[in-house]
Amino acid sequence: MSILVNQNTKLLVQGITGRDGSFHAGKMKAYGTNVVAGVSPGKGGSAVDGIPVFNTVEEAVKATGANTTIIFVPAHLAADAILEASEAGIELVIAISEGVPTLDMVKVMPYLTKKGTKLIGPNCPGLISPGEALVGILPGNIFLKGNVGLMSRSGTLTYEMVYQLTSNGIGQSTCVGIGGDPVAGLYYLELLQMFQDDPSTEAIVLIGEIGGDAEERAAQFIQDHVTKPVVAFIAGQSAPPGKRMGHAGAIISSGSGTAEEKIKAFERVGVKVAKIPSEIPELIKQVLK
Amino acid sequence: MKIHEYQAKEIFSRYKIPVTNEVVCYTVAEAVDAAEKLGLPVVIKAQVLAGGRGKAGGVKLARTKEDVPELAGKILGMDIKGYTVEKVLVAQGVKFSSEYYVGLTIDRNSKSVIFMASSEGGVEIEEVAKDNPDAIHKFVIDPDLGLTPFLARKIAFALFTDFNLVKQGADLFQKLYRIFMDTDSSLVEINPLVITEDGKLLALDGKMNFDDNALFRQSAIEALNEPTEDELKELDAQEKGLTYIRLDGSIGCMVNGAGLAMATLDLIKYYGGEPANFLDIGGSSNPQKVIDAMNLILSDKNVKVVMINIFGGITRCDDVARGLVIALEKIKVEVPIVVRLSGTNSKEGLEILKQANLPIVETMSQAAQKAIELCNQN
Repeated sequence: MSILVNQNTKLLVQGITGRDGSFHAGKMKAYGTNVVAGVSPGKGGSAVDGIPVFNTVEEAVKATGANTTIIFVPAHLAADAILEASEAGIELVIAISEGVPTLDMVKVMPYLTKKGTKLIGPNCPGLISPGEALVGILPGNIFLKGNVGLMSRSGTLTYEMVYQLTSNGIGQSTCVGIGGDPVAGLYYLELLQMFQDDPSTEAIVLIGEIGGDAEERAAQFIQDHVTKPVVAFIAGQSAPPGKRMGHAGAIISSGSGTAEEKIKAFERVGVKVAKIPSEIPELIKQVLK
Repeated sequence: MKIHEYQAKEIFSRYKIPVTNEVVCYTVAEAVDAAEKLGLPVVIKAQVLAGGRGKAGGVKLARTKEDVPELAGKILGMDIKGYTVEKVLVAQGVKFSSEYYVGLTIDRNSKSVIFMASSEGGVEIEEVAKDNPDAIHKFVIDPDLGLTPFLARKIAFALFTDFNLVKQGADLFQKLYRIFMDTDSSLVEINPLVITEDGKLLALDGKMNFDDNALFRQSAIEALNEPTEDELKELDAQEKGLTYIRLDGSIGCMVNGAGLAMATLDLIKYYGGEPANFLDIGGSSNPQKVIDAMNLILSDKNVKVVMINIFGGITRCDDVARGLVIALEKIKVEVPIVVRLSGTNSKEGLEILKQANLPIVETMSQAAQKAIELCNQN
């Protein structure tokens, strides 16, 4: 078992004829993901790496039964691609595209809620259930099937953490890169609940960053709803103030957003926080004893 | 992206939001002329892209004819948080009773635009948020409906009791929302919004920030951009596919990915060192990028050692290693380098570095410790 993606995932690739889309479609297929179709308006009828290409998401879904999509289209077209997938009945949308205007995402969100579409991203590396399905741009070879669920706002830092877990013989159930944009899809709270409900996940790693108050809210949620052990790391403990922390975020969360406050919030609810990345495997071993 | 107060108020004016009569001045002589035209008293305000102008002495009231050149002369050329004041806004002095705060921004939690309103205007809103968060009313705006008249009235009723002010306020708030949406803002603020002697609402100050991701469709806004020297360096790096932020220490850093780059800086600090920069070389492993990154790091004369931390995912370690070897052939690097490569094709990458006689370490902890040791020796 795992969360969100598994052997039943039938993946569609939107923007499959682009440079990134075609490259990663091949990578995901090679990993063993069931990539059933691609979409590229005007290129319907062709194929990429043996994957049939359609003009619209609707056609692709009808012909192949795709239930999950990954989006590689340019940033200014991403919101429309997400809407097209949602309208066609796709259940899970992973938006890799980087640089999507924030108001585009604000306008998309109510429709996704109405249709019950789950979104991950935009500006995210995707997710993987090791041994089952890779839906993203993550390097499949560093992952190991196991019982630790991982969620992160960052890409390469996730790889670093996973690498440390895997080299210590600690496998993962599912690893999700949720992305760093201000308005994004599934976030810590939804994923914590999914990992809590997933029988194959025994411990959870949460990798946070400075800015906003998502980590503080996650800490509160863990206290109220999560019984499985959680281990955390916060990047940006030494970052200069004002460089990445937005003025608006600071207002809304009443002045929170620093690494120090986030670490305190986690420790208050009994979540162990690693000071440096290499402490994570040790902490996991401790909580899984 | 940020713009000046006077530019924000020009946009407000275009949407028929009442603002003070004012003139932008670049010299003392211009300020004197402006004051004559507007009539005394006038408020002279530094126009810089930093907050806390008042506290820094950049906002002064000129009551007499003599005050104007003296105060304008003091403020022009002043340094506010690293920004030199090159222009001032000379604004007609206005008598007013109450001061309010109103603003719009993006709320990550509700994934919507949110309207903020407070009767405690005229002070820094971050202070109010910290000390008395209940004094800020927040209203989530449904993107399908926009700021409806009834919601605009509800916000206005939270601030005013006089129905005449409620009507003016509701109208003004809807205009402010239109500005936010039309210009792809990330923040629009009026602080303070005041009630003048004749019972009219007036924007005494204005602030606007914009979503950098949307500038491609906001050419009129983008044209207002005035990057500082540091920002120019950052922009130049961006064009080369690099994200660079200069810091004060002496350990130069080259990392792929923002999260890993932040964690690398944290690790250097953890072991007692001081990073010289944040530098994310992003996903691709084009050798030219490594060369550009190296040049950028070494343009900072404080750098005594360079630490390279690459986790190959999409980036292939052998490509980075090749880029590094080419870079070192092309540029003369007089400081020591510590390299850590892991992930995709790291074996091949490490072999290339070994042949080029570059010092390699296995983990990022070791890399940070080694870099600090070398830094202390120099």
